[in-house]
This record gives sequence, structure tokens and C-alpha cells, in this order.
Amino acid sequence: MINAVNLSEEEYVLPGTRACPGCALSLAYRHILKALQGQVIVTVPASCLTVLHGMYPITSVKVPCVNTPFASTAASATGLVAGLKVTGRTGLTVLAIAGDGGTHDIGIQSLSGAAERNDDMIYICYDNEGYMNTGNQRSGSTPLGALTGTTPILGKKQKPKDIALIMEAHGIPYVATANASFPLDLYEKVKKAKQIKGTRFIHVFTPCPPGWQFPHSHTIKIGQLAAETGISILYEIENGAFRLTSASRSIAQQGTLKPVIEYLATQGRFKKITQEQISQLQAWVDTRWRYYLQRAAGDL
Amino acid sequence: MATQNNRESIKLLDGNHAAAEAAKLCRVQVIAAYPITPQTPLTESLSEFIESGELNAEYIAVESEHSALAVCASASMVGARVFTATSAHGLAYMHEMLHWTAGARLPVVMACVNRALGAPWNILNDQQDSLSQRDTGWIQLYARNNQEIVDSIIQAYKIAERILIPTMVCFDGYLLSHTEMPVELPSQEDVDSFLPSYRPHTVLDPANPKNYNLVTLADPRMNANGVFCHGYMELRYLLQESLQNATSVITEVGQEFAELFGRDYARLIWEDNLEDADIAIIAMGSLAMEARVAAGLLRREGYKAGVLGLRVFRPFPKNAVVKALKKNRLAVVFDKSISYGNEGIVCSEIKSALYGHDVNTIVLNYIVGLGGRDVKAREIVDAVKKSVHYLRSGIPISEQPEWICYI
Repeated sequence: MINAVNLSEEEYVLPGTRACPGCALSLAYRHILKALQGQVIVTVPASCLTVLHGMYPITSVKVPCVNTPFASTAASATGLVAGLKVTGRTGLTVLAIAGDGGTHDIGIQSLSGAAERNDDMIYICYDNEGYMNTGNQRSGSTPLGALTGTTPILGKKQKPKDIALIMEAHGIPYVATANASFPLDLYEKVKKAKQIKGTRFIHVFTPCPPGWQFPHSHTIKIGQLAAETGISILYEIENGAFRLTSASRSIAQQGTLKPVIEYLATQGRFKKITQEQISQLQAWVDTRWRYYLQRAAGDL
Repeated sequence: MATQNNRESIKLLDGNHAAAEAAKLCRVQVIAAYPITPQTPLTESLSEFIESGELNAEYIAVESEHSALAVCASASMVGARVFTATSAHGLAYMHEMLHWTAGARLPVVMACVNRALGAPWNILNDQQDSLSQRDTGWIQLYARNNQEIVDSIIQAYKIAERILIPTMVCFDGYLLSHTEMPVELPSQEDVDSFLPSYRPHTVLDPANPKNYNLVTLADPRMNANGVFCHGYMELRYLLQESLQNATSVITEVGQEFAELFGRDYARLIWEDNLEDADIAIIAMGSLAMEARVAAGLLRREGYKAGVLGLRVFRPFPKNAVVKALKKNRLAVVFDKSISYGNEGIVCSEIKSALYGHDVNTIVLNYIVGLGGRDVKAREIVDAVKKSVHYLRSGIPISEQPEWICYI
């Protein structure tokens, strides 16, 4: 198992990126590239990661990278995979990495197509639960009750779509969820995904200080609280076999979830949430948690 | 001229199969396409080549045209020779990727089987689809017949890869795509000697990592070594410069093609009986062939008519057009497209080319053949005669195009 001591010291994301202070994506991306040991070609759509990568002619990243239009992340990855194959290049992982807008919304068509073809890529969705790069608008992943630029007064009225379950339904060999506050769990999952052929999908929960309205020193704490309250559930599904991992596994084995209100209270985006919405959110979390506990039953 | 025609085989092929044979001869490595009428037989044919082992390539059956071009762009970026084909709504759906591919300077080659755009639905031929994409930075070649489809695709790879500009080979849906004609197919050996393998401008290598097409500001910006690098506007200038210079590359490649295969593509336009003509009929695609029939009929009736067929639409062959039209009194442009609120798209281009060249040719415009409406040689003849009548009788020429339709 990887730990803070034996984690590779090689860095692929240079210091001084253009990401916001306290950006969970920065942390997640750093560990993703470490897990792939830099032997990767990255494709990225318009997103916060584009900002992190910097502006021509200077980039913050030490791996080859192509940019692609918003809707086409997975298709771009398919093209890279096909191009590497026909030119006889082996040993490189193609990594498609997009935000929740680029995955749940505008990119879902190309992602679904690639997954149905089981194209040989790792697709990572870093989920900051909104269009944060464009200044915080609602996405298909924004939670119920959250204030955004396009839900400015009443908050979002719908619950988010469960992208990991949608991807599992494609029958791909590896689906996992991760959380930037548990970087070693993320690291292990990316490392495992690297060894698997076909489409591997990893959803990473990445708190966003400006968008979610919390102090940038609280990123890790909020990610942890998300796991402790069951908002973010950590698991992996390898060839259909479900396993809770990391904090979610510990909670399932020996603890109980904290009430969702503890998580909501930490973020300005929930400041107008109603009692009814809090109950709805709690019910949504409880249902999901029970569902995953059932799936993990034989494994705990 | 030394030709090796004896190595070619003559086959009866419709336009779609001609295009597929040409792509195969070019040894395309990655094909990504989405089915759309009337392009489907083309991609089915390529799939068959791959599944039967005749063509060693990856066929990606994508979920949309947007993805088809995204796959092609990224595969091209990593060093593969790529091909896609589409029509009408598919091309419109690719619009964003068309800009991206040209901006990224990727030598993608595409067949566009020209078809009308909805609403309302219509699957038949006109040229609104590709002409609506004229400002995306792609080279556009138009074929008049199935032989030219084959020859244009083979040349397209050489042009695109030499100057790193994506190239669209356009041919009329049904009129060419579903109509069989005898086609001389070059031998693989000859195509191999004509077309060197693709060497990408980019190598995506972790040992020498680079980040392509990231955010680029308007102004030049210093890199880590203190060297000023282009801003967005300079990159756009370079694309335009390359497209301007593309006319000479297209001509050179056409000459090289002629030397090896004996069919002459050294000109950017097709000229038929323009030498002594008073009247130039201007058309593009298969309509330029029909126009030849019309010109013949007009000659029989005593009108000195010739045909200017546009082979290359982007870059627009301004000089060639000016030179060809200098002696004509009247140019009648038949457009299978319209820039709504203005006039036929080809007509605008012709008028723009003539500006400032002291050419006194009167340019008249007819909109024809939209949504597959048949264009008969006799209709072209009548339109030309009507135009001549306008000139002779001094009737003021309308600034609006005339439509050959029932309104």
C-alpha cells in the first residue's frame, strides 16, 4: 500500500499554477499524475484544469497534453488511443480528465460512446459540482439547495445525477469514486486503473473554495466531512465486484454517518437551504448509503 | 507526358465507393465517422475494407459527427493519417471541430457528400452544407465527377500534410455519390510513390512534454527562456498566410499528380471553351458538367458561351478567376447555395475576386437546385439567354439573385 512516506517524490505539476488557493483539483491532479508516473498523454476540455495548465507559451505540467473542445474529451482520448495504436506506440496511458460540466452535461455523449466501445482510456471526472471555471453556474452535478450564479436566489431545485452509476451501467471494467481529501486512496485507484485494459472511470470529489464559499484553508476538512456525512462515498467496482474503500469503508465497518447538516453548515452556497431541502438531502444520502452498504455487505 | 495509366484499373463506381477506394489507396490509419444519408455507403465500404483485412486501419464507430472529428483531430495529433466523411447536418454538427482542427493545423481529410440542410428535412443535394463552412480555415475542393473524387482525395492528403491545413473534398449527394461512372483507380504502388507517409508536426512524448492549444492570449507572450511567442492573432495570421499560399501548393500537387497519373490538375479552375467566349457560365461540382452541356447548346444557337468550373473554393482562386473572366462580357453564376439576405455564395466570391481588377464583366446570379431540385441544361440555357436579353435591352440588373423555381 502507498503511504505518505513511500509516495513518489517526482512531481508532474510544477509549483505556481494558476489554480485558485485551496483548489482540490490541484491536489487530486498531482496524485493522479504521480500514480501514472508521468507516462501519460492527457486530453482536457475547457475547464478549471485548462486554467491550472497555464497560458501559452508557459504550462505548469510536465506531461504531454492536448486541449479539446468541451463536448469531446472522451472522443479526443479515443483518437489518441487509436493514433498511438496505429503508429505502434505502447506503454502510454491516455488520460481524459474533465470537470463535472464536461462530464455529466456536455461531455456525456462522447463519454458514453467511448465507454460503450470500451476504448482503452482512463477517464477522470473531477467534480466541483458546478461550472466553476466560468464563475459558478449550476451543472448536472450541483447538489440540491446550492446557490450558484444560475440558481442565485432559490438554490438548485434538483438533486445531482449519479455519474458513477451511469458509467457502471456501461459495463466497463473499472469504476471508482475518490475524494481529493483522501489522496492516497485516489492514488491507489489510479494505479490500479492503469493496469486494466478498456475504459476506466474515476469520479473525484473536489471541493471548490470560491464556488462553494468556504475559506481556502478548509478544503481538506470539507472533503473529509463529505465522506463522513455520506455525501461523498468512496468505492471501486472492478469487473462488477463492489468494494467500499478508505473512509467510507471504515465508517461502514465501525461507525455511523454524521448528519448532513454538519457538512452544509460549512459552506456559503447552502446558506439559503430550507428545512425541507435539508430533509430531502438527508433522505437522498441515507438511501444511497443503504444501497452501497447492501452492495458491500459480503465484503465488510 | 509520361503516364503509367497501364497500371490503373477501370472500375464502375459510384461516388461514395470511389471516395472509399481513394481513402484506402491513401493508406488512412484511423477512420471515425457517423452515419448520415447520403454518406453512409462510403463509411460502410471502408468498414468492409477493414473487416475483410484489405485495409489496415482503426475504424471508430463514433456516437456523433462532433466526436468523429474530435477522434480524427486527436489521432492526427498523435501522428496518424485520418479520414472522415459526412453530409449536411453532420457537417453542421462538426462546425466547432472544423474550426478547432484548422486552428490546430491538423491535416485531416474529409469527404463531404453535399446535401441540403433542414428545416424542413431534405436528404437531397445542394451545396449549402459545405459552403456554410467556408470560414472555418479548411481547404475546400469540389469534384465534378467520380474520377475527380478519387483524384482529389489522393491530392488532398498531399496538400493537407504539406501545409498542415485540413482539407474537405466535396461532391454532390446522389448526383455523384449514388451514380456509377467508370473510374480509373490508380495502383497502390503509384499512390505510395505519390504520397509520402504522414509526418506530424507534433510528437506527444513524456520525455519532451508539450501542451498543445492551451489558452493563448491576444498579445505575444514571453516563454520561460525570455523568448516572445505568438499571440492568438499571430497564429490566426499564420493560418491565413498558409491558406493564401495554398494556391501554389495545390497547383504544384496537381502538376505532380498529372505527371504520374496523366490527369491534369494543374489549374485551380476548370475552363471549357472560355478562350473566345462572351458568356461565362460559372458553377461548381457536378453542375459544372451540366453547364458544359448547356454551353454546347448555346454555341449551337450562336451564343459564344464557355464554362468556368470552380475546382478549389478555399483558398478562393481569385487570380485564376480574374484571368479567366477578363475577356467575357457576361458571367452567369449558378449557385446551389445562398447566403440568406444577400445572394448565392459562389456569386459573392466571384464578385469579390473581380473587385479592383478593371474587369467589366457583368455578373448575374441564379439560385438553382436547392434540396435536390433537378437542374436541366435547358434551364441553364434559358437563364443565360434571359441574362443576355437583360444586357441587350438595357433592363436594369437586379442586385438580388433570380431563382429558378416555381415562385
